[in-house]
Amino acid sequence: MADLLIKNGFVYDPLNGVNGEKMDIAISKGKIVDKMDGKRKKIIDASGMVVMPGGVDIHSHIAGPKVNAGRLLRPEDHFKDFEAKTDKTRSGVGRSIPSTFTTGYRYARMGYTTVMEPAMPPLMARHVHEELNDTPMIDKAAYPMLGDCWFVLEPLAKGLIEQCAAYVAWTMEATRGYAMKLVNPGGLEAWGFGRNVRNIDDPVPYFNITPREIIQGLCKVNQLLHLPHTIHVHTNNLGKPGNYETCLETMKCVENSGNDGKPVIHVTHCQFSAFKGSDWRTFESGAEEIAKYVNTRSHVTTDMGQVVFTDTTTMTADGPFQYILYQLSHNKWINNDVETETSAGIVPFRYKRSSFVHALQWSIGLELALMIEDPWKIYMTTDHPNAAPFIFYPKIISWLMSRVAREKLLKKVNKRAGHKSLLGTLDREYSFSELAIATRAGQARALGLKEKGHLGVGADADIAIYDVNPEQVDPSKQFRLVRKAFKNAAYTIKGGEIVVKDGEVVKSVGGKTFWVKPELSNPIFEASPRLKKAFEDYYTVQYENYIVPEHHLAVSHPISVKAEV
Amino acid sequence: MPSLKVTLLTGRTLRQGQGKEYGKLSERYWKSVAVCEIDPDDMKKLGITEGNSVKIGTDHGLVVVRAIKSLRGPHAGRVFVPYGPWANVIVNPKTHGTGMPSFKGIQATIEPAPSCEKVLTMPELLERHFKKE
Amino acid sequence: MKVVSNVTCPGCGCLCDDLEIEVENNTVKAVRNACGMGESKFLGYSLHRPQKPLIRKKGELVEASLSEAIRKSAEILANSSYPILYGWSNTSCEATSVGVELAEEIGGIIDNTSTVCHGPSVLSIQDVGFSTCTLGQVRHRADLIIYWASNPWSAHPRHLERYTNFTEGRFRSSAWNKYLDGLGSYRAERRRQRAAKLVGEIHGVSVETPPVEEPSKRLPHSLFEKGRKMIVVDVRRTRTADIADYFLQVEPNKDYEIFQALRILLQDGELEVDSVGGVPAEILEDLADLLAGCEFGVLFFGVGLTMSEGKLRNIEAGISLVRDLNQFTKFVIMPMRGHYNVTGANIVSTWQTGYPFAVDFSHGYPRYNPGETSVVDVLSRDESDAALIVASDPVANFPKGASQNLIKNPLIVVDTGTSATSMFADVVLPSAVSGIEVEGTAYRMDRVPLPLKKVVQPPKAVYSDEQLLKRILREVRRIKKNMGGGDSQWLTC
Repeated sequence: MADLLIKNGFVYDPLNGVNGEKMDIAISKGKIVDKMDGKRKKIIDASGMVVMPGGVDIHSHIAGPKVNAGRLLRPEDHFKDFEAKTDKTRSGVGRSIPSTFTTGYRYARMGYTTVMEPAMPPLMARHVHEELNDTPMIDKAAYPMLGDCWFVLEPLAKGLIEQCAAYVAWTMEATRGYAMKLVNPGGLEAWGFGRNVRNIDDPVPYFNITPREIIQGLCKVNQLLHLPHTIHVHTNNLGKPGNYETCLETMKCVENSGNDGKPVIHVTHCQFSAFKGSDWRTFESGAEEIAKYVNTRSHVTTDMGQVVFTDTTTMTADGPFQYILYQLSHNKWINNDVETETSAGIVPFRYKRSSFVHALQWSIGLELALMIEDPWKIYMTTDHPNAAPFIFYPKIISWLMSRVAREKLLKKVNKRAGHKSLLGTLDREYSFSELAIATRAGQARALGLKEKGHLGVGADADIAIYDVNPEQVDPSKQFRLVRKAFKNAAYTIKGGEIVVKDGEVVKSVGGKTFWVKPELSNPIFEASPRLKKAFEDYYTVQYENYIVPEHHLAVSHPISVKAEV
Repeated sequence: MPSLKVTLLTGRTLRQGQGKEYGKLSERYWKSVAVCEIDPDDMKKLGITEGNSVKIGTDHGLVVVRAIKSLRGPHAGRVFVPYGPWANVIVNPKTHGTGMPSFKGIQATIEPAPSCEKVLTMPELLERHFKKE
Repeated sequence: MKVVSNVTCPGCGCLCDDLEIEVENNTVKAVRNACGMGESKFLGYSLHRPQKPLIRKKGELVEASLSEAIRKSAEILANSSYPILYGWSNTSCEATSVGVELAEEIGGIIDNTSTVCHGPSVLSIQDVGFSTCTLGQVRHRADLIIYWASNPWSAHPRHLERYTNFTEGRFRSSAWNKYLDGLGSYRAERRRQRAAKLVGEIHGVSVETPPVEEPSKRLPHSLFEKGRKMIVVDVRRTRTADIADYFLQVEPNKDYEIFQALRILLQDGELEVDSVGGVPAEILEDLADLLAGCEFGVLFFGVGLTMSEGKLRNIEAGISLVRDLNQFTKFVIMPMRGHYNVTGANIVSTWQTGYPFAVDFSHGYPRYNPGETSVVDVLSRDESDAALIVASDPVANFPKGASQNLIKNPLIVVDTGTSATSMFADVVLPSAVSGIEVEGTAYRMDRVPLPLKKVVQPPKAVYSDEQLLKRILREVRRIKKNMGGGDSQWLTC
């Protein structure tokens, strides 16, 4: 591999305090270096272009049983959007749920180099990893869903934090997972019999525990295990008018978990949890209340879950929520409950400008991004594909950077929503630096991925170069140019190799799968025959067969952490 | 010759499932699929007993198989032939735009086979019905 | 002698993973925990198996070297215009993955056995979705278990003991004791009748056997009691029906009507006929109440629905019924997949191409249109000009006309045993048995992924499907490069 020198670009590297300076970036052996020592050197002239770390997506449904069920459900989605095989790329289909090869290529074309699959049912981890293995161009990881596992609910109900921690640590290794995901904690177990939980103090049937206790317990476990990311939470009551209160309570309940002022909880796709009002008629935005809270606290990070007006597919582990969505839309509906652990639901969905509710949802995501002052606390996502497919990121970038772009669309949406929206009062426009935080630096930092999201010496050489000149282009007015630039990267560099040029894949590469290996002083979950017996009683697969062997990952990249238990 | 109009069903049987594990060309296999399970009352109407050969005809073909008294009765008017090359001679290949041929619920006629028409062995059946060009 | 435990059975869609295999001198000596089918597979796989590649020369299949056989296979495929790659359900996901890559490379169709099995179920799901779960949920929660046009006793023998009626769950007990009690009283009753007859004969008195009971016009009350219950719905009384709490006999080709009748009743509608599909209206009314009143119901269905008149519409009706039931209670539906990895074939195909079967690459990108791109149709219309069959026996499964058009063209068979199809092949490549001689991944009928183990070594020079396909793919690419095709762009007609 030749060394690479990116010359003369406008570099945005917020984690290292670089804000648009003209700088050279040197790369050798897949890493960013001070100086190159290799004999062969290739030079990229990045004059007049923006240079950023490769994109990092903290929450995108790209691999696993639910995603694949979505692909199966929607052949009509694929018919319209396909890619033929080339000598460098495999064929595939889009649109809201692309096939795996296409997913990798499309992310790379936008300059993204790291993507996190946020919802891995532990029992089906093998499936998630097989799909991730077949997703080229990006580094990846997956979050096992733990908020409803019997092996979590039972010890937490008795206050046995260490026993729970031992199980979580075992699961991280057994499933090659990266972070702890909670989805409607407690609600999915209730959904096993068709029920749900109504708020964070509503006890889970048969388990003598409340969502609040689950969230607090797992938050403690996360700290004991020193996992690189915080607990990653899809709140209870998602998608329900008035749920902003549940969102606030969720954030409040771990306020005092103490981590030296560092985050302890990540509330994901916050837009779906920022609804005010008591029903769909009185529906309004709760973004202001959420933003107010987040602005005065340091223990929370969030991501947007931004809606785009298009046809897409909703898919979450929130079985009861997805059932409600089916009832609202009368669209086809897949439900899949996973024994002992979690559930999933999939419903195609179209967000329409003319719909009062959808238009307000669109506004809410942007309101959150504009009213939460610190860009390190809110990241750009669409909860792909729930609020929109990830291919719409350039559009959202233009809305963040240009008030005019927002207002143009605001004029075309449902009038009543337009009046209620706060966007008319929000002047803020993201700078390139803030954009770099929202789409890469912030996400990498929240994830604890030390070698991603920045361009300092020692970082992985994952870089995106966009053909837009910050000295000549005013994103506020020329948002279309910005959109175009971010749609097709001038260059995407992955691990020090040029993989995309002018929006075309020029080299297909694999990627690493990150996973966390907590080192316990007392691994009681594995050791105990009683627990192994409980395993056999709870699951329909054998303990030995549940575990995903490390060699099953095409490129395994474990991260060891020392736990406090 | 007495004959009956029946509905033909094809499907799996435990014997066929086990038989195939001993090899598709094994006698155990093809003896398990060159059969037809018939309701005892229907057998009386046809004047046959267990082990006699019967000829089944549909719009798509004719085949001779061995009659077996069904222990799963009563199901007068329905006969059951296990999946396999014998069934394939008489099933309906039309998929009606779904990709799936009609393997069950086919209108058929069943009658005792004349003595000149015996149940073929697997190699004989393949030779009769399939030609490699 | 060693015992390999926690072995996944490469038998049926149950994919039981608790088998224990005794191995001595690289031979399977005994199998524990498996059903009859699984045991037959482990004990019988090494009989009747070809170990040398074969090529047809002058009308006869003769032994050949592996290189020659690979080269011939690659030539056939590289030179074909519209080849079919079919099978896949009896091999590992890893092999299917190479199959997709090969089909893409040569612009062919890759289809798997769903196309003649649960393909219509997949089509229905694509139309209406479905409410389902993994089998453990059934084990822990289900109190009403229905097998509709499915006979697990014959096709999925351990289904009841591992996943449904005869398992212990967190919230439900096994119905095994109840079954034994029932069996006990049935047998006791029969013995009493025989004894009464004998006594009557001794004393020269004719004892009338009790009159045959009129089939009841309503569902038995016992079905509405707490605890697990199992109902079988079928056109004839199968072995599974014998052990059910209730057997509902229905007319063939009438499932669609029965499902829709139940849906009407659930919405408080009334039936304007006396019976539907041979089932009296009163029984349907009771059944609707039973379905809506359970705590967790599951409907397992078999290919009886996919293959009879109406095909995918039958399943759509069933899925819609289950979906409607979710207004009242928790209800799920699940197809009883036959081959041990047909689910895996669908899943791999879907994530790599977007489509579960009948995927056509002839335009350079995946296209899907069952009825057009499904192999039975392509063969019936005589459109293909070559075929690669992996781990399947279409001549034993397809309607005769389709099989005839399959065998008359160049045909490559990769399989672990001799089959009706391999007798007509132009190239036969013997392969190692996935799940016994080769490790890999397979997916259970409820889409749970499980590892396949290597329990014994395959015979010398017998390779896995995955390895053979990779070699064919390499050779195809070499041939095409030499043909000057480069990146062969497809003839868009």
